Amino acid sequence: MIRNVVISSSFHVLIIVIATMSLPFLTKKPIDLPPIISVELIQITDKTNIPFAPKAKKIIEKVKKKEEKLVSEQAPPKKVKKEKPDAVPLPDKEIEEVKKIKEKKQNPEKIDNEVKQVSEFEKEELFDPNSIAALIDKSKEESAETINKTDKITQDQDKNIDLSGLTLSEEDALKAQIFGCWSIPLGLPYNKNLLVRIKLKLKPDGTVIRSEILDHARMNKPGQEFYKVLAESALRAIKLCQPLRVPTTGYERWKDLQLNFDAREMLEG
Amino acid sequence: MIKKLFILLAILLPIKAQALIEVDITRGNLSPLPVAVSPLSIDENSKKGFEKILKKKDIGSEISIVIENNLKQSGLFNPLNKDAFLQKRDIAHLKPRFEDWALIKAQALITGKVTLVDEKLRVEFRLWDVLAAKEMLALAFTTVPNNWRRVGHIITDKIYERLTGEKGYFDTRIIYVAEQGPKTKRIKKLAIMDQDGFNTKYLTLGNELVLTPRFNPTNQMVTYLSYFRNLPRVYLLDIETGIQEVVGDFPGMTFAPRFSPDGKKIIMSFATDGNSDIYTMDLENRIVERITNHPSIDTSPSYSPDGKYICFNSDRSGYQQIYVMKSNGSKVKRISFGKGLYGTPVWSPRGDLIAFTKLHKGKFYIGVMRTDGTGERLLTENYYQEAPSWSPNGRVLIFYRETKTDEKGEGFTAKLWSIDLTGYNERQVSTETDASDPSWSSLLSN
Repeated sequence: MIRNVVISSSFHVLIIVIATMSLPFLTKKPIDLPPIISVELIQITDKTNIPFAPKAKKIIEKVKKKEEKLVSEQAPPKKVKKEKPDAVPLPDKEIEEVKKIKEKKQNPEKIDNEVKQVSEFEKEELFDPNSIAALIDKSKEESAETINKTDKITQDQDKNIDLSGLTLSEEDALKAQIFGCWSIPLGLPYNKNLLVRIKLKLKPDGTVIRSEILDHARMNKPGQEFYKVLAESALRAIKLCQPLRVPTTGYERWKDLQLNFDAREMLEG
Repeated sequence: MIKKLFILLAILLPIKAQALIEVDITRGNLSPLPVAVSPLSIDENSKKGFEKILKKKDIGSEISIVIENNLKQSGLFNPLNKDAFLQKRDIAHLKPRFEDWALIKAQALITGKVTLVDEKLRVEFRLWDVLAAKEMLALAFTTVPNNWRRVGHIITDKIYERLTGEKGYFDTRIIYVAEQGPKTKRIKKLAIMDQDGFNTKYLTLGNELVLTPRFNPTNQMVTYLSYFRNLPRVYLLDIETGIQEVVGDFPGMTFAPRFSPDGKKIIMSFATDGNSDIYTMDLENRIVERITNHPSIDTSPSYSPDGKYICFNSDRSGYQQIYVMKSNGSKVKRISFGKGLYGTPVWSPRGDLIAFTKLHKGKFYIGVMRTDGTGERLLTENYYQEAPSWSPNGRVLIFYRETKTDEKGEGFTAKLWSIDLTGYNERQVSTETDASDPSWSSLLSN
C-alpha cells in the first residue's frame, strides 16, 4: 500500500517538475506586445486614382516615346569626339591621347577584307550591334507580356470587387449624397438605439423601386415612438435623394442595397 | 463526411455571392426642416361670425401665423414663404397635390380649416408627409373663440411631437420679473405671458421687490421670493385663482425656492449667521427638514426629475462649484471642475443634463453638463447673463441677459433670451418691459 502511494506521489512530483520546466508561460514573463494597428484594405478605382499633373504627364509621355524608339530602332553608333588641336588637354586626357597615338602608329592602315580565324569563344565576345538591338527588342517584348499579364490580374481582381460590394469611392459618393438629404430629427433620445435599417430595391439609374424598413414591428411598439420618427426621416431622405448616386456599372451587385441610418453619432455630438 | 462538406459548401457559396451590400449612414444635416403652413381655410359664415366675436378678419390665417412663428422660433423648422405656394388654401378636405409642394421643396405640409359651431371655435388640421405622399396626423379641437392662440400652440405641439419625436413646449407660459425704471430705483413686478410673448399679465403691483419665481412642475402654482419689512419671504401663488400665501417665516434670509418634481415640497436655502444651508419644506404639513449641514454657503438647489437627487452650488471647495447629492443629503459629490465659478444649477426635465451659469474671466456663460459633470458645453457667452430655466421638454433654455450701463448710468437693459441645446438657435424673447428671472411652466394641455 505504502509502496503504491510512494510510486504515485513520485510520479506526480515528476510530472509537476516536468510541466514547470517545460511550459514556457510559467517561467517567462508575458511578452510585451506592441499595440495592434488596424489596417483597412481599400480598393482603388478610377475615382481614387489621382491623375498625373499635366506637366508630369508630358514628361512621362516623352519618356515612354523614348522607350518606344529604343524598341523599334537599332542602337545608334557611338559618337566619336572630334579632336580639338587647340584645346589644352587635361593630364588624364593627355595620357589617353598618348595611348591612342601609339595605337594609331601600330595600326596605321585599315584592313577591311582580312579574314580572321577566331575560336567560338572569341566570336561571342565580338561586338555586334545588331544582336544587341535584337536582345533589347526581346527584353521589351518580354516586359510587354508581363505588363499584359499583370493587367489581366488586375481585371480579375476587379471582378472579385464586383462580387464583394461597393468600393470605397462608390460608397463615399452614395453616403455624401444621403448625408445631404437626411434631416435628422433633433428631439430623438440619443441614449437609445437609433439604428434604422432600410432595404432598397433599385433601378439601374438609382431610382428606388421598393423600400422596406427591416425592423418595422418596432415602429408601433409603445415607448418607441421616436423610432417611427427616425424611420420616417430616413425614408424621406431616400425619396429626396433619388435617383441615388450608384455606380454606373455592376447593377447586379447593388440592385439590392441596405442603408443603415444611425443618428446616435450626430445627436451625441 | 465529404458529401456533407460538399453540401455545406454548396449552401454557403451562393450566400456569399449574393451578400447584401450595406451602407452605414451616420451623418445627416441639422438644417431646419422645410415646412409649408397653408393658411387654414374658413367659410364665409364662420368668417363673419369670428369677425364679430374676435374682431379678427381672418382667424384661419391668424392661427396659421401662430403655428408658423412657433415652428420658426424652435429653430428646427423652416416655414416656407406663402407666396411660393401653388395650391390654394381650401384644400383641407382633399388630398394635396404633393408634387406642387415637393416642387417648392416642402417636406411637410400643414392644412386645415376653421369653423364656427354653436358659438365655438372648431379647428381641424392635417399634417402631410410631402415626399411619402401620406397623411401623418389629423386632429380637431373645439374651444371658446378667445382661446384661438392656445389652439395654435397646441397644434404646433402636436406637429412638433410628430416630426421630432419629443413633446413640444409651445402651449406653455413663462413667469418672470418685469422691471421698469432706472437701475437704482427699479420697480419689479411678477408677470406671466405665453411662451411667445403674448398675453402678458402682471401678478403683483410692484410695491414690494419680487425675486426668483418658479413654477410648480405639476400645476399652475408659483413659488417666489418677496421682501416684507426688508426680509425676504417665500410665497406661494395660485395663478388660476390669484390666491397667494406665505409659506412660512424662517429665521434669517431665505433664497431660491423651487418645487420638488411632484410639487409637494419646496426646496430652498436659509442663511443664518453667515452660513447658508439647504432645507426642504413639506407643503402639506409644513415640516422643515435640513438637507445640508456644512459651514460653507450652499444655495440654488434643484431636484432631479425623479426626485432622487439634488444639485446645488457650494463654495465648500474654496470656490463656488456644482455638487450633486442624494435627496436626503447623503453622498455629496462635486461635479464641476472647470475653470471659473459655477452657479444656478438646474436639472433638465429629461434628467440627462444640468444647466448652469458660469463666470470666468469676467464673462458669464450659460452651459450644460451631464449629471456626472462630464461633457460640459458652454452654449452662450455675454457680459452678464444668468438663471437658466428649462423648457418642459428639456430642449430649450430661457435666461436673462443684462447690458452694461454707460458713464451716465443709462443704457441698462434686462431682457429674456432663449437658446436651444445646439447652441445655434439663440433668440430674444419679446416682453413688454425689461425682464429677469424667467421660469418656464410645464405644458398647459397636459
